[in-house]
Amino acid sequence: MYRNNLIKILVLLLFIVTSSVTAQDYTEENLPAGKGIKEEIKEYINHHLLDSYDFSLFSYTNDAGEHVYIGAPLPVILIDGGLKVFSSSKFHHGETLAEVDGNYYKVFHNKIYKTDAAGTISLDEHEHPTNIKPLDFSITKNVMVIFLVGLLMFVIFSRMAKSYKKNGLMPKGFGRVLEPLVLFIRDDIAIPNIGEKKYKKYMSYLLTVFFFVWIINLLGLTPLGVNVTNNIAVTFALALITYLLTTFTANKNYWKHIFWMPGVPTPMKIILAPIELLGTIIKPFSLMIRLYANITAGHIVLMSIIGLMFIFKSWIGSPLSFGLAFALALLELLVAALQAYIFTMLSALYFGMAVEEHDDHH
Amino acid sequence: MTGLNFVGAGLIVIGAGLGIGRIGGSAMDAIARQPEASGKIQTAMLIAAALIEGIGFAALFAA
Repeated sequence: MYRNNLIKILVLLLFIVTSSVTAQDYTEENLPAGKGIKEEIKEYINHHLLDSYDFSLFSYTNDAGEHVYIGAPLPVILIDGGLKVFSSSKFHHGETLAEVDGNYYKVFHNKIYKTDAAGTISLDEHEHPTNIKPLDFSITKNVMVIFLVGLLMFVIFSRMAKSYKKNGLMPKGFGRVLEPLVLFIRDDIAIPNIGEKKYKKYMSYLLTVFFFVWIINLLGLTPLGVNVTNNIAVTFALALITYLLTTFTANKNYWKHIFWMPGVPTPMKIILAPIELLGTIIKPFSLMIRLYANITAGHIVLMSIIGLMFIFKSWIGSPLSFGLAFALALLELLVAALQAYIFTMLSALYFGMAVEEHDDHH
Repeated sequence: MTGLNFVGAGLIVIGAGLGIGRIGGSAMDAIARQPEASGKIQTAMLIAAALIEGIGFAALFAA
């Protein structure tokens, strides 16, 4: 009993510490002259939502007036007349040009452009740069986190599989936490939606996508400042896999119900075919938007409320917004799991539609 | 007329909110009537809510 309470208090402390570390990001940043705190916070949130070429935890201005960044540079990989690999420290956080083999590159609005030695970026009438954009395969912050999570999952689950071999049916250590989750996905998501006979084929994907999205969402709540699922390209890739799996494992019945719906009059069949065909694309599209929008909205609201602390700067307002941010952080914990669950659930639902057998006549 | 798109998005979000509220309320009723089926009801509720939520977000991004 005593131990239980101790753990609860420790978890609570951990939350308070992590929230205050997130808050420190703002205080450590000395405000440049002539810029209001509101603009500063807006800029910070926008910056937080974007991917970046280096992994910086926070930055501050030291006594000498220099910007000091705490973090690590990441490799930049460009294809521009041959492979070019260099460290992102050459950009000095977007402040300077990087020179590689006589070519100059500059980061402009979070994208890498090729420039001349002076670093001029020419803009067209829509404020879009006309400079050449080299093909970019850089290991950015998001890519690094995806790799790390992949590695983490590989280690955790291969160890879990091994422990079954050694100890029989009783999992050991962390496997005891994971086993109920795996069983939950099998018994409550896969079997009811896909069916007893065919669920096995899809289990590997459903488990992978559930744990991947969940772990990455949770990492987004830590003060590391990583948020991968609010990059629409990532959720697009996840939704694309679901779409391809649905399309290529679908049986005859599925296509028949799309192109020639049985049991309705012929003119209706002709009207229904394009609608149903469009539906197959809208389904994964809504998966993509849902995950992306939920996580982005959560991050924006949470960071805005943390930012309110520094706008109020009073004994009443700041603790209030701290409490609100704390409650919202707990809500985001729920949302992180819920979105992973819904993504997996709807994927399973679509797979179930694709492999359904219809014996009944409509 | 600028700003009208935001009004439209607001209307859609109101609609989505009402819809999700109704789903939640009906699910509560259903669980109260048949507590043993609460698992199935919850699943159906979440799916329906997620579908409506998708429309709400689509409206927000279109605005």
